[in-house]
Amino acid sequence: MNVTITVNGEERVVDVAGAESLLTVLRNDLDLPGTKDACEQGECGSCTVVFDEEAICSCLVMAADADGAEVTTVEGLGSEDELHPFQEAMLAEGGVQCGFCTPGVIVAGSHLLAANPQPSEIEIREALSGNICRCTGYGAILRAFETVTKEDA
Amino acid sequence: MTAKTTSGLRGGIGTSAQRPDGIPKVMGNFAYASDLWSEDMLWGSTLRSPYAYARLVSIDVGPAVAMAGVRAVLTQDDVQGKRTFGQEEQDQPVFCDGFAQYWGEPVAVVAADDEETARRAAAAIVVEWEPLAPLTDPQQAVDNGSTFREMKIRRGDVDSTGSVVVEGVYETATQDQAPLGTEAGFAIPDGEGGLDLYVTSQWIHVDHRQIVACLDMPDDLVRCHPAGIGGAFGSREDISLHIHVAMLALATGRPVKMVYDRTESFAGHVKRHPSHMVYRHEADPDGNLVKVTARLLLDGGAYAHTSRAVLANATFFTVGPYRCDNVVVDAAVARTNNPPAGAMRGFGAVQTCFASESQMDLLAAELGMDPLELRRKNALLAGDPMSTSGQIIEGSLPTLEVIDAIEAIPLPDALADSDDPRLLPGGTGLTTPSSSVVRGVGYAVGLKNLAFSEGFDDFAEARVVMTPAGVEVHTAAMEVGQGLVTVCQQITRTVLGTEKVAVVWDDTSQIGSAGSTSASRQTQMTGGAVHAAAVGLRDQILADHGGDELRDDGVYRDGARIATIEDVCAAGPVDHHVRFRHPETFPPDENGQGDVHAGFVVAAHRAVVDVDPELGLVRVVRIDTSQDVGTALNPQAITGQLEGGIMQGMGLAIMEELVIDEGIILNPTFTDYLIPTFLDAPAVETRIIEAGDHWGPFGAKGIGESPTISSTPAVIAAIRAATGRPLTRVPVRPEDIVGI
Repeated sequence: MNVTITVNGEERVVDVAGAESLLTVLRNDLDLPGTKDACEQGECGSCTVVFDEEAICSCLVMAADADGAEVTTVEGLGSEDELHPFQEAMLAEGGVQCGFCTPGVIVAGSHLLAANPQPSEIEIREALSGNICRCTGYGAILRAFETVTKEDA
Repeated sequence: MTAKTTSGLRGGIGTSAQRPDGIPKVMGNFAYASDLWSEDMLWGSTLRSPYAYARLVSIDVGPAVAMAGVRAVLTQDDVQGKRTFGQEEQDQPVFCDGFAQYWGEPVAVVAADDEETARRAAAAIVVEWEPLAPLTDPQQAVDNGSTFREMKIRRGDVDSTGSVVVEGVYETATQDQAPLGTEAGFAIPDGEGGLDLYVTSQWIHVDHRQIVACLDMPDDLVRCHPAGIGGAFGSREDISLHIHVAMLALATGRPVKMVYDRTESFAGHVKRHPSHMVYRHEADPDGNLVKVTARLLLDGGAYAHTSRAVLANATFFTVGPYRCDNVVVDAAVARTNNPPAGAMRGFGAVQTCFASESQMDLLAAELGMDPLELRRKNALLAGDPMSTSGQIIEGSLPTLEVIDAIEAIPLPDALADSDDPRLLPGGTGLTTPSSSVVRGVGYAVGLKNLAFSEGFDDFAEARVVMTPAGVEVHTAAMEVGQGLVTVCQQITRTVLGTEKVAVVWDDTSQIGSAGSTSASRQTQMTGGAVHAAAVGLRDQILADHGGDELRDDGVYRDGARIATIEDVCAAGPVDHHVRFRHPETFPPDENGQGDVHAGFVVAAHRAVVDVDPELGLVRVVRIDTSQDVGTALNPQAITGQLEGGIMQGMGLAIMEELVIDEGIILNPTFTDYLIPTFLDAPAVETRIIEAGDHWGPFGAKGIGESPTISSTPAVIAAIRAATGRPLTRVPVRPEDIVGI
């Protein structure tokens, strides 16, 4: 069955068999491997995308249910010439180590900042509590938020 | 080697230079092994044993072969070469060979046109099993003589006694590295009988040796390439899908991709050894350690992997960073039908640090002494003999400095009188009112060896090349996220006086081994190789041109340029290739005595916890640390290691446990195996202690593992301080705190 998804502003039509997740379709059919697959249970946030203005785990959405949806993946945020400020901050503060959680953290973080440009630390922690990072211990990611929110202040 | 060379150069050592792979990682276009792709590729999938111990009566691959889209189905019968593999001991069959020795052991693999077909085909293979009673009690295994290694320490007067005695029995559960990236591999036949393999690894040369043996292929026909890796922490020290994906590619003549899902990943890599440790500390009335006696039992699971080396570490670090002249240790690592254990950050030192630091707190209480005072009194320092091996500590060991530094970090205010449930034990479960919260503070100090020990021929190769476009550093060391790539650049920049440095990852046919990305060793070993190669290249260029200084635009003498970089490279790029070794180590004698280690690193942690003693809930408020680093090459990267390692140590203290019943893992998912999240993460303050060292580049030490060693006992000490409970097992469960 054909499913039409607007991904990073571009309308894409995919022929899905039925059972695959949005994550699988993004990675395997739409050539967007930036969204990562780490648990397939919605526990780790590595596959976070913005789906109709909500940050969700794309492993938990059936691709067929994404018909007509607007989806933003990490590939849709910033370019090499002009990174999103949160991407810049993650680099500057050492928020990236192995980087496997990074796309999900970037999507969830930039989504939070768009809705709430001055989140408190506890608001950040709560908003990103579904994004597991096994390398950094989260400190550097929190410092990245701090620089972005300070710049905006 | 230990001279401090800090220049004004951007991105040299001592600066928090940014990682060169950072931009692709934040943009989502960094290629991890699981992202590799080609249009004509097949997908591989694995059938695994549902039993911890069973006889494989028969296997019928027919139903899988008959499925449309299936291109190959392989079992142990298809192994062309050596039928077993293993890093230290080749004892694990490529696939089940007559028996399944652990739950999840690979039985067969399938290659098919798509991922779903591959999975369905693997499930369609018909296996007849005869389930057998698994051996899951490590003590019973030892009693049966089923061990990978037994060791003992006999040092000093084994009959000596102290008048103050404390005893304890301690246990640590099975922890998983749980890197976010699962195992992944991509094998591409070259059409001429050879193969290129991109696989998640910590040491591609040791993988290569095992792979070619099992494939029965000449070394040069198989090329193992570094691939993008989503964390490791020890889980990739051993072979997982490497041989399987290579066999599928050779059998089909097509590129094959394999990626484990999370449950397979839990089944498919080694774990931290669970342990059972019986300790007795004896001291004089002034608090001087007189004798330490310990029995250590680690469960190595079904196959050897690195169990021998893990046991050695547990044994040599039985006493921690303390002097003691009389030490008796009997240690064994059992072979059972539990999930295979192997490397995880801290590698044996984690288990004994938990036990020995718990003992030090017990001893302090028995003596009526301040716990830090007791540690200072017995602190092991440079020039002292190791309490276990008797080896005289060379290089630096700032044990007192780390203790002083951790104590000097200000403590937070007594109790946050906030009723925000997000800041209370139990979180938004709204179970704990702030009036029920009790605060505790605890300390621990941890010691670890650096690089490989016991006479292992430990080396790293690197090649540094001057080209007109900049400098290239060639290495096969695995960058797993820790930032080795940045450190290699920084060292080269500082030595060669240029900012234009790129790290090039060579495959196994292009350069010799860099050794493993483990044992906190790559900053010192590959960093040491890069440093030596860069120095050699610089000296060669200066000698060739009669200069006294190399800058990014050429060779200078007395401040005047006498040759440009183009002149230097007129006959082609200039390179220098080095095989770097650390100071020689030796196997221990039958009493565990000898110069077994190349160097040491020490760290201290202090944890502050809030506990609801009635419900057994814990919130870790902060964990501070002071860390011996030798010389800080990249302060930001160090902080990242310290904070990240602390989180894994805290995980072992209060959350992370693979629950294993009769050899079967009951919680192999991220839903059931709990990893600290943003809401669990405590605040962390770090103090970096720079005391240099005797052989790392610029005096640097490796610091990857220290943060995971003493953080666990610090958290437990804090919970004990809050509750008075003995807490002799980690992770601590609510019922341990409540006392039911």
